[in-house]
Amino acid sequence: MFDKILIANRGEIACRVAATARKLGVKVVAVYSDADAQAAHVAAADQAVHIGGSAPADSYLRGERIIQAALDTGAQAIHPGYGFLSENPDFVDAVQAAGLVFIGPSADAIRKMGLKDAAKVLMEQAGVPVVPGYHGANQDPEHLSGAADTIGYPVLIKAVAGGGGKGMRLVERPEDFADALASAQGEARTAFGNPDVLIEKYIQQPRHIEVQVFGDGETAVHLFERDCSLQRRHQKVIEEAPAPGMTAEMRDAMGHAAVRAAQAIGYKGAGTIEFIVDGSRGLRPDGFWFMEMNTRLQVEHPVTEAITGVDLVEWQLRVASGEGLPKVQEELTINGHAFESRLYAEDVPKGFLPATGTLSHLSFPSSCRADSGVRSGDTISPFYDPMIAKVITHGPTREIALKQMAQALETTQVAGTVTNLAFLGALCAHEGFAAGEVDTGLIARDLDALTAAPEMAPQVVAQAALAALGLLNAPDWDQGFSLWGASWREVALERDGEPLEVSVMLRGPGAAVIRVAGQDVTASHGADGWAFDGVKASDWTQAGDVITLFADYGLAFRQVDPLDRAASAGAAGNVIEAPMPGLVKAVFATAGQQVAAGDRLAILEAMKMEHSLLAARDGIVAEVLTEAGAQVEAGAALIRLEDEDGE
Amino acid sequence: MKLSSSAIPSSETFQTNRSGHLEALKVVQEAAEAARLGGGEKSRARHESRGKMLPRRRVQALLDADSPFLEIGATAAHNMYDNAAPSAGVIAGIGRVAGHECMIVCNDATVKGGTYYPMTVKKHLRAQEIAEQNNLPCIYLVDSGGANLPQQDEVFPDRDHFGRIFFNQANMSAKGIPQIAVVMGSCTAGGAYVPAMSDVTIIVKEQGTIFLAGPPLVKAATGEVVTAEDLGGGDVHTRLSGVADYLAEDDAHAIALARRAVSHLNRAKPATVQWQSSEEPLYDPEEILGVVPADLRTPYDIREVIARTVDGSRFDEFKPRFGETLVTGFAHVKGCPVGIVANNGVLFSEAAQKGAHFVELCSQRKIPLVFLQNITGFMVGRKYENEGIARHGAKMVTAVATTKVPKITMLVGGSFGAGNYGMAGRAYSPRFLWSWPNSRISVMGGEQAAGVLATVKRDGIERAGGTWSAEDEAEFKRPTIEMFEEQSHPLYASARLWDDGVVDPRKTRDVLALSLSATLNAPIEDTRFGVFRM
Repeated sequence: MFDKILIANRGEIACRVAATARKLGVKVVAVYSDADAQAAHVAAADQAVHIGGSAPADSYLRGERIIQAALDTGAQAIHPGYGFLSENPDFVDAVQAAGLVFIGPSADAIRKMGLKDAAKVLMEQAGVPVVPGYHGANQDPEHLSGAADTIGYPVLIKAVAGGGGKGMRLVERPEDFADALASAQGEARTAFGNPDVLIEKYIQQPRHIEVQVFGDGETAVHLFERDCSLQRRHQKVIEEAPAPGMTAEMRDAMGHAAVRAAQAIGYKGAGTIEFIVDGSRGLRPDGFWFMEMNTRLQVEHPVTEAITGVDLVEWQLRVASGEGLPKVQEELTINGHAFESRLYAEDVPKGFLPATGTLSHLSFPSSCRADSGVRSGDTISPFYDPMIAKVITHGPTREIALKQMAQALETTQVAGTVTNLAFLGALCAHEGFAAGEVDTGLIARDLDALTAAPEMAPQVVAQAALAALGLLNAPDWDQGFSLWGASWREVALERDGEPLEVSVMLRGPGAAVIRVAGQDVTASHGADGWAFDGVKASDWTQAGDVITLFADYGLAFRQVDPLDRAASAGAAGNVIEAPMPGLVKAVFATAGQQVAAGDRLAILEAMKMEHSLLAARDGIVAEVLTEAGAQVEAGAALIRLEDEDGE
Repeated sequence: MKLSSSAIPSSETFQTNRSGHLEALKVVQEAAEAARLGGGEKSRARHESRGKMLPRRRVQALLDADSPFLEIGATAAHNMYDNAAPSAGVIAGIGRVAGHECMIVCNDATVKGGTYYPMTVKKHLRAQEIAEQNNLPCIYLVDSGGANLPQQDEVFPDRDHFGRIFFNQANMSAKGIPQIAVVMGSCTAGGAYVPAMSDVTIIVKEQGTIFLAGPPLVKAATGEVVTAEDLGGGDVHTRLSGVADYLAEDDAHAIALARRAVSHLNRAKPATVQWQSSEEPLYDPEEILGVVPADLRTPYDIREVIARTVDGSRFDEFKPRFGETLVTGFAHVKGCPVGIVANNGVLFSEAAQKGAHFVELCSQRKIPLVFLQNITGFMVGRKYENEGIARHGAKMVTAVATTKVPKITMLVGGSFGAGNYGMAGRAYSPRFLWSWPNSRISVMGGEQAAGVLATVKRDGIERAGGTWSAEDEAEFKRPTIEMFEEQSHPLYASARLWDDGVVDPRKTRDVLALSLSATLNAPIEDTRFGVFRM
């Protein structure tokens, strides 16, 4: 076993690899960019080396810098994690050339699987079923169109060097082929520098089932399948193992095919064979086809770990350090069922837009495994994937594991950014998903229902109101005391930028009525803390003016500062006047010009000083009443803006 | 040291007392609730339609969210001026603003445009008096048309009339007691001096106006035609005249600015008393209604009230075997040490001497005094006059009058005659004086007064050889009895600000604690007593 390894990655995977390394007594070197100087993966390491700027190209993609860091710190091997340099064969070569061990497959194996069309040919030769398609070098549009006709519509155009859905187009009718091809090629050229595409049969009601393999360079074993059918725009959302509806026969067939695939390229380490499965008529041994091989540890590897009891990173380290496969196929069995949900900082209502923010609070229930690369107080930066964590549950049956997941998501607490928690929760409650009827189109079909914002309970708003007023602590004896009756207090609170109509009346210590849009909620404080209409208050947190209640997967409210008003600083600002007698040195404004608040419109020279005259507000210059060189009196109107109403 | 109660909550007496008190409470509650509505539905609606917050909401918004509000004169002017001025048209009270206990005075423009009736002036001045005695910053939420013209003779000219408001502002400012004004409506004529005399003034845009003479008077005087806004609106005063310091967008913004101003006062309460951690009484204050007889004439042990008022019901009674009709002793209320002086019957010479002694002790130790007043007077008769009860009573009155420790008086029963003086009645300037709904205050009982008058009359008739039937005498006495009955009622007293308000007996402990807390904003000075007639 190694004494020290370097992890060429960041975030949750760097933390996860570090955890196993520690378990095995291996010291860990982290690398980090500017943005990650205080990151969790740095804290998780024994040593850390700064490797450059925040953009991945300036740090985590700088292979030579990372190899140098390994050499400088005496690390014997480099674990690439996933993404970044993990499937870059040139990096593997460079690592080996530097006398270090790459914890993963050979450069040759990566290259063989890197080009999708070549990989398919290779797999066909190895007796692995592949999707009917054209993987040839002839990229002539006419020729490709002909190939599509041969395969039969619908077809999929995919970038040869692609991944992650880039350069991919579904074509349902021959007449759409030409346009789709052009756009796929354009995207592929931009993304990968290689416009070449392949054409594949498009499978109806497809399921994405992949098999985890592990090789030692000669032989390989499989660790069963994972079902990753729950996808949104080719991004996996919830993965599970084993696949629902899987038969022993089918599993055997897929496992053997996967092992054959790995052995065909002398695969070493952890890898995944992705298959597309026709789910339209149930799972059948003749209904799966090789799609591609991921020559790295997958994001969703924890579900395999859960059902097999194998620490895949441990295997990676042991095999990379020269040991044989820790187990033979017969020793591997499936225990129960596991799910993994990918928790992201993203704005679901705004089309799953990646979000950023500082996590003022982050906690997971102890009942689940949460692989996270961030902690409370950490920032989700715009530079990297906005994943917050992977939430993994493992139970004796699929039904139980799914219930555990639903509960884990309900009790996961994130404040400081928007998340997809509610979306994940809605998925867990989806009837079809619960019944195991999964396919890659499920999310797209039911997207509206899955992303519908739930009606906000007035009790939740009531609690937010008391939080905003600082009243959620145990009340003092004189809280809200009055002799003969209490008065209402309006609470300035916003949700999603919309003001909420809330007022509070304290009837005495620990007794309040909160009027939420005309509906009264009774709040009382007892031994168990505050309760709203008899229901115990939710956990909550406040960071600055943002109050987050951990109800309905986390609801954020903004406390409005009553002083934060555009008021009163100066006059209405229609007319810019000379503040004192002086000489107009220069005039920058012209009639009809659009100006912004703070723009310099003129310079007045007076009392040996040059005074800039600024626009007091945004607006349009109505007229210029002076000129350079003019001597003006105090209060003289120099420039007039158009009335705001007139705009 | 722990008091024990002999009350039996299930007893008929207890229940009778309780229902009697609840009835008395209901009368006050109704009066207070009516007063809270100010000038009625229509003028409230008109007020709100102008984008203005209702006065009680203004006060609430100004206070810290968890703050208590110890209201002063909640039922002032009750049944006066044909009930035209609920709460005397101004809300006053003590609450926390940015953590500081402040006196808040808020005009109610829904009541006759917030104009000053005689009782409005009296209430405003009383609020200022409390602020000055207790070193409380003053925040004036101004929305008033100035003096109520039909009442000008009782509002304008005298010492304790309108002008005194500004005199007080100037003198409080001189003492370092901050004066902050928020102009949320008119501030006309004399009223203009409230903001002008303040340390810091905030004015609401297109809502607040300040001028010595409004547009109609200007036109009459000089012929100049000018709008209120151009004459003295927020823009004018914050940009041109400098009469106001901050321009607010609306009421809520103005109040937020006022809160910010208070947060920059840089004040702290002085170190005064040795606080303890608070402890609830062993006996529920709710039971006060059952242990105190509903009928004033029924004697009871005042310790039953003390047991339901002080921390842990613990009472270190001083001189318990001497002058037993006056109960004196040390206790804590919500952690604050207090000396309690409470009536347990008619005052005799010994009781008065004991009272004087105890007030001296508290003055020496700087312990605030709480008077639980239920007194029919000093004992009368030859024996008592001859032994010098007036001399002994004078000792107690001297001690109470000259002590510098804060005094808080609670009328828990009768307040008749000279007993009122020895027990820190209004004339003895207690920092606060509160009444229970069952209390009565008058120079003597109605029966006694009518009896005195009847005796004089009967003597006259009989001297002239006439006779006076019992029926005729009863008929003669009735109006006097009725007048005394009406005038001794706490609502009558409170309407005229003879007290600071009627309180629910169950809130006695809270009201005392809040009053004490307010008084402790001022340092406790050394006492120098007058000459005691020995």
